[in-house]
Amino acid sequence: MRFVALVACALLSVSCQREKRDVRPEPARVAVYRDAARESDLQPGGSQPAPVVSNPVHGAAYDISEGGRLYTWYNCIGCHAGGGGGIGPPLIKQQWIYGGEPANIFDTVVKGRPNGMPSWGGRIPEYQIWQIVAYVQSMNNKQPQSATPVRQDIIEPNPQTIQNKVQGDTR
Amino acid sequence: MRRLIWPAALLLSGCAGHQQSVVDPAGTQADRIAQLFWFFFCLLAVIFVVVICVMLVALVRRHRGIEQEPLERTHIPSPETEHRLGRVVGTASVLTVIILLGLIVMSIATGKAMSSLAQSKNGIAVEVTGNQWWWYVRYLNDDASKIVITANEIHIPVGRPVMIRGLSNDVIHSFWVPNLHGKRDLIPSRVNVEWIQADHPGRFRGQCAEFCGQQHAHMALWVVAESEQDFEHWAEAQRQPAVTPSDPVKQRGQQVFLNNACVFCHAITGTPANGQVGPDLTHFGSRISIAAGTLPNTKGNLGGWISDPQNIKPGNHMATVALKSDDIDPLLDYLESLK
Repeated sequence: MRFVALVACALLSVSCQREKRDVRPEPARVAVYRDAARESDLQPGGSQPAPVVSNPVHGAAYDISEGGRLYTWYNCIGCHAGGGGGIGPPLIKQQWIYGGEPANIFDTVVKGRPNGMPSWGGRIPEYQIWQIVAYVQSMNNKQPQSATPVRQDIIEPNPQTIQNKVQGDTR
Repeated sequence: MRRLIWPAALLLSGCAGHQQSVVDPAGTQADRIAQLFWFFFCLLAVIFVVVICVMLVALVRRHRGIEQEPLERTHIPSPETEHRLGRVVGTASVLTVIILLGLIVMSIATGKAMSSLAQSKNGIAVEVTGNQWWWYVRYLNDDASKIVITANEIHIPVGRPVMIRGLSNDVIHSFWVPNLHGKRDLIPSRVNVEWIQADHPGRFRGQCAEFCGQQHAHMALWVVAESEQDFEHWAEAQRQPAVTPSDPVKQRGQQVFLNNACVFCHAITGTPANGQVGPDLTHFGSRISIAAGTLPNTKGNLGGWISDPQNIKPGNHMATVALKSDDIDPLLDYLESLK
């Protein structure tokens, strides 16, 4: 009986995560996310594990879709296209130049990168950057399948996603 | 007595102005619709009264046929009764068909009469694009320097036909200014056209008439009908780039605008701000309302809106931007100065 209750609670918490939505987001301005992101594994005195910074909107369906809208509105699409890249590098990939963890992507958006990536820090509110990070991660199947739409209004950015869904793979 | 004051006041305020009313037409189209409405209303009221009266008579009067054999399970009326009933039902059916046909003809004639404006030559064309949850408005012109871009507000010259070219950027909306015309759906990737014409000056409120999401109710617009000179004057002013602020407070306000998230979505002609996804703010100070008819355009309302848009219109796409408290006042002064 207790087991059933626990499982029910666990299921409930999972579904809550998907439906989590901040109705009045905190517009706190964090210009650069301090030392969260590390771009190299090499460290003097032996490598220490990097602190894990989790995306506050990880797995929230609303925020991922909002990230998709902002991806177009703020013209990420202008250089990265639907994720396949164009003027800028593709965002659907295994190897990230500046790291593919949420904190890395956050840093990339905030600080900008050499050769063309503008710095958006202090312009885009922090909660929206996290939404964009969540959306970019969802392109790489790094968001729970329960929170990402099966079908999108635009052409599916990642053929692998379709294949996974057809085969019923979980991410 | 006191209980009656508020409803009475409400009724009176409803009478004054009629800023959004189907039965207070301000143009030929709406006039036709109102006429049709009143015709339907009167005719159907008469029919309603007749039907109710006949039904009451049927309930009250003595039943000749049934009284003769009250206990029989299956009552077979006499041939005369059968014949009489048949005649009554037949007449009623024929009358109903004739009345319905007449109403259909009236309705189609009204629709045809309303489309007659489309033949006019001296019309102006306005593109109205529905967005969640505001209206993008662009005055089309072959001469690119005469295009006017604004939002949530349409100015039209009195007595001149205006073509509304309806589009949508996201979901289905519906353009509805009851004083001028009926509803016209704005459908993504499709152009729907409607012609309006105002016969007298006035301000008419329009409202999205197709449920389009969380803030559907707060998706209104104003149509301002004014004389030809006033309209030309307005259009000429709207074509100018935004005024460059001269005093230091407003200059600071402009810098606040340009150095924050505002520029991603909003454009102010004459400045580097060139965002295309939110309402154009080049002449923001001249508008009647903010947030698509949600609040009157005053400095106080604007301050509340910019500081916490998700409180005033939850779910809308305006970002909550962290502004320093001493930046807000100059920003408000600057935006309100954009006449």
